[in-house]
Amino acid sequence: MFYDVTPVSRLFLGTAQYPSPAVLADAISASGSEIITVSLRREGAGGAHFRDLLQASGCHILPNTAGCHSAREAITTARMAREVFGTNWVKLEVIGHADTLQPDPFALVEAARELCADGFEVFPYTTEDLIVGEKLVEAGCRVLMPWGSPIGSGQGLRHEDALCSMRAHFPDIPLVIDAGIGAPSQAARAMEMGFDAVLLNTAVAKAGDPVAMARAFAGAVESGRLAHEAGLMGRRDMAVASTPLFGMAALT
Amino acid sequence: MFSVLGAGVAGLCVTTVLAERGLPVELLSDDSIPASHWAGGMLAPGCEGESAPPEVIIAGVKAVEWWSSHVPGVVRRGTLVVAPPRDGAELDRFARMTTGHAPADPATLEPDLAGRFARGLFFAEEAHLDPRKAMAALRDRLTGMGIPIRQGQPRGRIIDCRGLAARDLLPDLRGVRGEMLIVDAPDVTLTRTVRLLHPRFPCYVVPRGDGRYMIGATTVETDDPGPVTARAVMELLSAAYTLHPGFAEARLIETGAGLRPAFPDNIPQFREAGGRLHVNGMYRHGFLMAPALAEKLADHLIRKEKHAS
Repeated sequence: MFYDVTPVSRLFLGTAQYPSPAVLADAISASGSEIITVSLRREGAGGAHFRDLLQASGCHILPNTAGCHSAREAITTARMAREVFGTNWVKLEVIGHADTLQPDPFALVEAARELCADGFEVFPYTTEDLIVGEKLVEAGCRVLMPWGSPIGSGQGLRHEDALCSMRAHFPDIPLVIDAGIGAPSQAARAMEMGFDAVLLNTAVAKAGDPVAMARAFAGAVESGRLAHEAGLMGRRDMAVASTPLFGMAALT
Repeated sequence: MFSVLGAGVAGLCVTTVLAERGLPVELLSDDSIPASHWAGGMLAPGCEGESAPPEVIIAGVKAVEWWSSHVPGVVRRGTLVVAPPRDGAELDRFARMTTGHAPADPATLEPDLAGRFARGLFFAEEAHLDPRKAMAALRDRLTGMGIPIRQGQPRGRIIDCRGLAARDLLPDLRGVRGEMLIVDAPDVTLTRTVRLLHPRFPCYVVPRGDGRYMIGATTVETDDPGPVTARAVMELLSAAYTLHPGFAEARLIETGAGLRPAFPDNIPQFREAGGRLHVNGMYRHGFLMAPALAEKLADHLIRKEKHAS
């Protein structure tokens, strides 16, 4: 599903901002996540000890290029990640604006093209824009990661209709909601809409009890997926009685 | 005889407490600069509760008294926590996750912040000190007590307080980089520690007296000991500038980068490994937890001696 990996859990977890590596390890385990994302732009070669702790979780490591503001920076970081983690996976983030952390779609497509050609399996952090999505697929991406809302904002799915269109437009591309998820209900909603997975960090890392919150998100993601597969009922404007009224026997 | 290795905050507190308990002790100090040299010196157990577990907070509450009774210069004026208007949610979150605070008008506590922050949190019981002066004072105190402080080989049973240098015996110890600045800002008058909350660029400002302020600190999961990065300076200074525009005219007196020794749970502890006792993993809690750990270690040693006799 995600390149050659089909995880049981559809929850991807970020690894930043936890109170400690020990709490992080417990949260990963409580979440059931099999895919965790790790930054290394700022940590560099000296972050080996922390990375060893992450690798000890047994999860697939999805290195990310968080903190990169140009295609060149992101490409360099991705190549370093490949050496450090021995994986072709990269969550490609090219930030267009330091304040909103909105992706720069132009640099993103440019970097995706070069990295895909270089044998990387790219998970691009993008917006819900369909044309950008098409260009990324054309560049060789076989997963897209649209934002729900800006990174760390906890606003959930800010443009739900646009995300529905995206799901319909890319029926065969795995889509992962990547940012802005603040509550389990929002994650469940994304899964009900048919997204293939959600990736989140702050909502768990900065919770009062990150381990309990990881468990809450695991349940929500599983419920949402199950509901999607079971087939959700459609909304109606009017009440629908569950037993027929017309023709009922009059027993008086 | 006990030989304490390492003259950072952990080694100094352990030596002091053992000496006070009447145990024979010496302190072995080399020329290396301890991580605590770059510490903020905040005695802020309430604020640390935002990310630290209860045991750090409980030990930390006692630290204010301990330092006040051992070194001069402990400033007991509390901590003021503020957030930029658009990050008000951060202040609410911080209030939920910590104890020992009350809502406060920042301008009443620190008139220099008037008109900049509508609301704040005040942790009245907290304090701060100047780590370098406090450590020098502890050294002098030990010398005054007749405790040898020297270089060379240990003569007694080793208590290892070497911080990150003890990685050879403590494989789960890692370095967590912290970067800090010291500025001379005569246009700014702040009398207590002020924390600025921000989802990405939090900072704290600790008054060092005479218009000097320590601005800290980054937390990066790397053991790269290199000089402070431009990014860290930009982030810390822009956060300080958000707190008070007077910091724009400040003189940058010093930049520093240190590696905090940390165990996987980021909680300081003492343990036995490699045939010796260790007090290590002080992380961000050196001044807060070293006294309590030293007392705990002394209890342990005295109990063992009683058993042996």
